[in-house]
Amino acid sequence: MNELFFLQPDILSALTRGLWVSVQLIIPSSLFGVIIGVTVGALRVYGNTVVRAAGDAFVLVFRGFPLVVQLFIWYFGLPHIGIYLTPFAASVLGFSLCSGAYQSEYVRGAFLSVKTGQMMAARALGFSGIKTVLFVTLPQAFRRALPGCGNEIIYLIKYSSLAYMITCIELTGEGKIIASDSFRFTETFMVIGAVYLVLTSVAAWILRRLEGRLYIPGFEQYS
Amino acid sequence: MADTVPILRIEHMTKRYGDKEVLSDASLSINKGELKVLIGPSGGGKSTLLQCINFLIKPDRGRIWLDGTEIIRAKGKALYEYRQKVGMIFQDFNLFDHLTALHNVQIGLVRVRGMHGKAAKERAIQELDRVGLRNHMHQYPAELSGGQKQRVSIARALAMDPEIMLLDEPTSALDPELISEVLDAIRALRSSGMTMIMSTHQIGFAGEVADELIFLEKGSIVETGPPAKILYDAEYPRTREFCSKITELYANSSS
Amino acid sequence: MESLIVLYGALPYLLRGSLVTIAVVAGAMMLGLVLGIHLAVGQVYGGRWLRRAIGLYVWFFRGVPLLVLLFLFYFGLCSLLQINLSAFTVSVIVLGLISSAYQSQIFRGAIMSLPQGQFKAARALGMSDGKAIVLIILPQALRLSIPGWSNEYSIVLKDSAVAYALGVMEMMARAHFVASRTYEHLPMYFAAGFLFMILTYLGTKGLRILEEKVRIPGYSA
Repeated sequence: MNELFFLQPDILSALTRGLWVSVQLIIPSSLFGVIIGVTVGALRVYGNTVVRAAGDAFVLVFRGFPLVVQLFIWYFGLPHIGIYLTPFAASVLGFSLCSGAYQSEYVRGAFLSVKTGQMMAARALGFSGIKTVLFVTLPQAFRRALPGCGNEIIYLIKYSSLAYMITCIELTGEGKIIASDSFRFTETFMVIGAVYLVLTSVAAWILRRLEGRLYIPGFEQYS
Repeated sequence: MADTVPILRIEHMTKRYGDKEVLSDASLSINKGELKVLIGPSGGGKSTLLQCINFLIKPDRGRIWLDGTEIIRAKGKALYEYRQKVGMIFQDFNLFDHLTALHNVQIGLVRVRGMHGKAAKERAIQELDRVGLRNHMHQYPAELSGGQKQRVSIARALAMDPEIMLLDEPTSALDPELISEVLDAIRALRSSGMTMIMSTHQIGFAGEVADELIFLEKGSIVETGPPAKILYDAEYPRTREFCSKITELYANSSS
Repeated sequence: MESLIVLYGALPYLLRGSLVTIAVVAGAMMLGLVLGIHLAVGQVYGGRWLRRAIGLYVWFFRGVPLLVLLFLFYFGLCSLLQINLSAFTVSVIVLGLISSAYQSQIFRGAIMSLPQGQFKAARALGMSDGKAIVLIILPQALRLSIPGWSNEYSIVLKDSAVAYALGVMEMMARAHFVASRTYEHLPMYFAAGFLFMILTYLGTKGLRILEEKVRIPGYSA
């Protein structure tokens, strides 16, 4: 009797709908998060004093405020200055900026870890600035940043559930509705937990494969 | 002067890792007050043999007798009591990094032998004094030189009143100028009558203090005998080969 | 500046909420610490099945979102097992279990970074494995873990805001409570956010002082 509950069409479609919303939250947020992270990270390493300070301030605030608070600011706070965002838009905005701040830490660390000797050797060989970045700095920095940034994306998969708190109904939200209606809290949330578990596990597996593909012996040690 | 029952006797000690036999059928016995030295190329099984004696490495085969009593499949309390009687000195000192020299020597007394703090402290200071490190007792391992660390580890082992001491290449990790202080400490132990089995590359020293040299290669005991014989007039060709190379290199190593 | 007046008036209320936040975080971190150490020791020194079981536990609590676990425990398991726990208690338990999974990996890394010789020397003296772990391994591993633990603290602190979803009146909940009645959303949320930042700063600063106090002279593993 219990098992058939989840195979009922309306329950299944509600969960699928929720899952789809979650995916729609996660993918853009990850993308923007990485872009923001790389940009801010690079600015914090290679920018001038002002730019660096701005970047550091950005990271300080967006890593210092809890994600929940940030989401509430975008959704409930912005209307006070005339900007009205949908729950979905506010969620993506919040996730992107917050994730971006954390990503920039890893990116910054990665850039800093590339030994200056590498760049000097490239220049000595006649590489232009751009070529040095493209062919020497980036390949190394990317490998160093991958584990941290990859883990941030996995965190994003989990934190996407917080969109529920600003009324964006994704997987967790649908689950709460279903469970409240049917009083089947344990089963519902176990299923939902399992779905997230699958998502994070697959993402972690992909990350490991990627790290394995890009592996260079002896490269893991930070300078 | 040979005593009736050897302090330590081992027979047919064997250890295999995968399909590689790192120790093959090693047997030896040692009487009270003797010093026997294991020599041979690196990887020959010297360290494995020593660590099998106090079961840090579990041998696949072999029997051990301490003072006439056989140590049978030692586990738990019996094993811990056995280990108290067998002192070990490591190549890498292995002092407890989070404890001062004094506490390093004290901890075995308090936590293993159950001594009271005050008595343990007095005994620990005594042992540190014996190795000449009383003034360093409140220093941490990171603040001590290699030679000092090794001497503390000797004090730590001696505080347990062992019947026999195993020394696993005690000077191999030391800078040359620090080796002599440790060799002096070992000489002092010898004079006080401690039974010891030591593995070392310090051939000159071995020749000077050992009652017997044991040549180990590829896990097997090739030859044993008094230093004069092994070093200069060995029976087996492989022994002669090894010793001739080594005595050339270390001709004047004993200080 | 009406907003500032509202803010000023609401401050005591918010600050009392910080006590709730601190209580939640302290409870969760302690639970995570005690469990985490046991899990780490089990994972490093345990047999095959123990290690697998712990691996499963860690995988589960690191893979399922906090919010889902809160709902699962509070609405689901509590009624299933007929236990009546407050939202506060459930929050501490769930945050603690999740943190224990992360903390266990911090401690595990620290334990594994110690040279093998430390354990060998302890054994050579005749110590049982249990004594060796408690007297020799853990004192060093825990010192090494302080930076990682500090990081975990800042994460748990921010995660504690999610307890709002269960109705725990911590800082975030109170900020929203005032905001929804006075429509001063931005000032209240910023105030809450800054309070979180201050708590983060105080905590990590305190841990850094602790790290200095227990530092062993010359030690750098």
